[in-house]
Amino acid sequence: MFTTKWLKLFGLFSILALVLAACGGAPATTQPTAAPAQPTTAPAPAGSGKLEIFSWWTNAGEADGLNAMFDIYKQQNPGVEIVNATVAGGAGTNAKTVLKTRLQGGQPPDSWQVHAGKELTAYVDAGQMMPLTQFFKEQGFDKVMPPKLLEQITYNGEIWSVPVNIHRSNVLWYNIKIFQENGLTPPKTVDDFFKVAEALQAKGIIPLAVGGKDRFETPHLFESVLLAVFGPEDYAKLFQPGADWSDPRVREAAEIAKRMLEYSNSDRSSLGWADAAQLVLDGKAAMTIMGDWAHGYFIGKGAKVGVDYGYAPAPGNEGVFMWLSDSFGLAKGAPNPEQAKAWLALCGSREGQDAFNPKKGSIPARTDADVSLYDEYLQYSIKAFGSEQLAPSVVHGAAAPEAYMTEYGNALNVFASDLDVDAVVEALKDAAKDLK
Amino acid sequence: MRQAKTLSAHPARRVSWMNRDRAIALLMITPSALAIAVFVYGFIGWTAYISMTDWRGLAMSTSFVGFDNYLTIFSTTRFQTNIRNLIVFTVFFLASCLVIGLLLAVLVDSRIRVEGFFRSVYIFPMALSFIVTGVVWQWLFAPGNWPNDPTGINLLFKQSGLGFLQAAWTTDTNVTPGWRIEGLRTRIGIPMAMIPVVVAAVWQMSGFVMAMYLAGLRGIPEEIKEAARVDGATEWQVFRSITLPMLQPITLSAVIILGHISLKIFDLIITMTGGAPGNNTEVPGLYMYEITFKANKFAEGAAVAMVMLVVVALLVVPYLIYNRRAEVER
Repeated sequence: MFTTKWLKLFGLFSILALVLAACGGAPATTQPTAAPAQPTTAPAPAGSGKLEIFSWWTNAGEADGLNAMFDIYKQQNPGVEIVNATVAGGAGTNAKTVLKTRLQGGQPPDSWQVHAGKELTAYVDAGQMMPLTQFFKEQGFDKVMPPKLLEQITYNGEIWSVPVNIHRSNVLWYNIKIFQENGLTPPKTVDDFFKVAEALQAKGIIPLAVGGKDRFETPHLFESVLLAVFGPEDYAKLFQPGADWSDPRVREAAEIAKRMLEYSNSDRSSLGWADAAQLVLDGKAAMTIMGDWAHGYFIGKGAKVGVDYGYAPAPGNEGVFMWLSDSFGLAKGAPNPEQAKAWLALCGSREGQDAFNPKKGSIPARTDADVSLYDEYLQYSIKAFGSEQLAPSVVHGAAAPEAYMTEYGNALNVFASDLDVDAVVEALKDAAKDLK
Repeated sequence: MRQAKTLSAHPARRVSWMNRDRAIALLMITPSALAIAVFVYGFIGWTAYISMTDWRGLAMSTSFVGFDNYLTIFSTTRFQTNIRNLIVFTVFFLASCLVIGLLLAVLVDSRIRVEGFFRSVYIFPMALSFIVTGVVWQWLFAPGNWPNDPTGINLLFKQSGLGFLQAAWTTDTNVTPGWRIEGLRTRIGIPMAMIPVVVAAVWQMSGFVMAMYLAGLRGIPEEIKEAARVDGATEWQVFRSITLPMLQPITLSAVIILGHISLKIFDLIITMTGGAPGNNTEVPGLYMYEITFKANKFAEGAAVAMVMLVVVALLVVPYLIYNRRAEVER
């Protein structure tokens, strides 16, 4: 009787002790960081302990890329145990919800995936991230990433995250066979686009495939139209605090977008972006404007670039590369800051980026990548990224904070349904008050 | 009641009102009562408080702004549209479920041969999650490039020579009749894209209503019906004047249960349409999720949550009061 009672009590206490130990976080790394960090080479090993990385990379290519980086990390830091906290779900919708709950609860992961640019300002404003400008200098990242990119990811005078990859958002994907059979060339300007669209429609082919189910497709289409109408300089100004959305060119862009949507499939809201891409692949539609993750989708479907599908800048977007970037930041109060810094050093290194990007189907944020590792489209994209003007994507978190993205997105989704130019111009003007 | 009073009034008994049984009972109840007090009512109170602060962004802010957030959300086109959609969805969903549920119950109750089989068939959809229902019906109601190259139900119609029945379903952007009323920013009417959503919801829940009505039908004593028939009542008269009135408590319970599902609906709609086209099928639950966790407008999200709570309370509280009265009478 007595013994069992004591045993139970003892068991209870030991469980309690374990819980407390777990809450206490990883044991402090007592060993001092060996030798001053050498710039541009791999950082000093982070010793032992743990590293928790939070991301939404769960699909085949991206998870492979992440694991390739983990493998390098493990070689460089043999003693560190990596905790890979992923939450599935495209564009990180679910992951962000979980992350925000954890941050509110004061339980940050060491480093989390976030779109580089304005999307992370919410975390910065809440004091949840550490500035990394100094770290960029130490690691020499500031010398190998395009200055314009660094300028566009600077907020409050500091850089807050390390871009791992770059995706291009303003790409026109087209079905090569349809274009050849009809003697057409991919449209360079907006006017070209409507000529081509008219010719295709006369043949009974849907000129432009547009999705809507993922709630970002029309907003995505519209950002490339805005870029075409405003040009890169004025486009970027549209998302600065106090931007003037009563500019008549907004209406002009809305009129163009309306005409484009009228040349698109009518079942937009029931298709995802991938379904729209599939229409192009199946030859039911001729073109779609989508980010270069569509390239990954086409490859996954066994299609060949240059044979089945081609690529070109979105109409009117020639010479401008609209970018978005996945990046990792450093949590304020990170349980394992040394290990996290070693991780960020890897994220920004040539080795890390060249391990990750060919698998993910994106290009490195560094301009000194080993081009031979990448396929034809990505090589084209690397070249464009290094030479063209850069514009940040609004839908994918580069140009504006999340509160604005939500309002902008909803205005355009309503527009996709009712094609009411007056209403969308008003709604966009309204949304501008969330720019900061 | 009276007996309890005399007991406690008894001087010798008053000391020991906390006897062993009661102590144990209290001990058993305390943990769950505490948990509910904190995790349900505590957080309702917390949400109510948050809804009156200016908490925007990830850093918490607790400066009090009164009902500003409520004014803000009610003045947006989007939330007004949400409310319209919620009313349309609830009315159609409740009415269809009740009518179809009753119809099925009467059919199954009419002493058919494989009653158990049909009962299971009709109830089975309820075993699915709304998520599954949403995904499946989203495929069915995706119109494709109709009328020439349709998908889903449209394709079925085309293949079976009923091509004229093809429609835009979940992609229909019309609001019928779409009246504009001074001071309202949304158009009043039935968003046509909501109809397929209602169909999916009814498909899932009408079997449940059938089960409830079936229990009710079985509870009506055969003697009463027999007596009416002896008095020369037709079957329809028996149904109208005996069966239906006696099913009234069932109807009420069904309305409450379906009503609170309907007013809080989220999972079905987010998988089936995601609120599209435009905001034509969006309901407050989706809006709350988006402005809270995507736009980081926590205070406004809390305000939407409180509005939803009040709407559900308007339905449930009268029922609870009614139930309590009925219990006291008993």
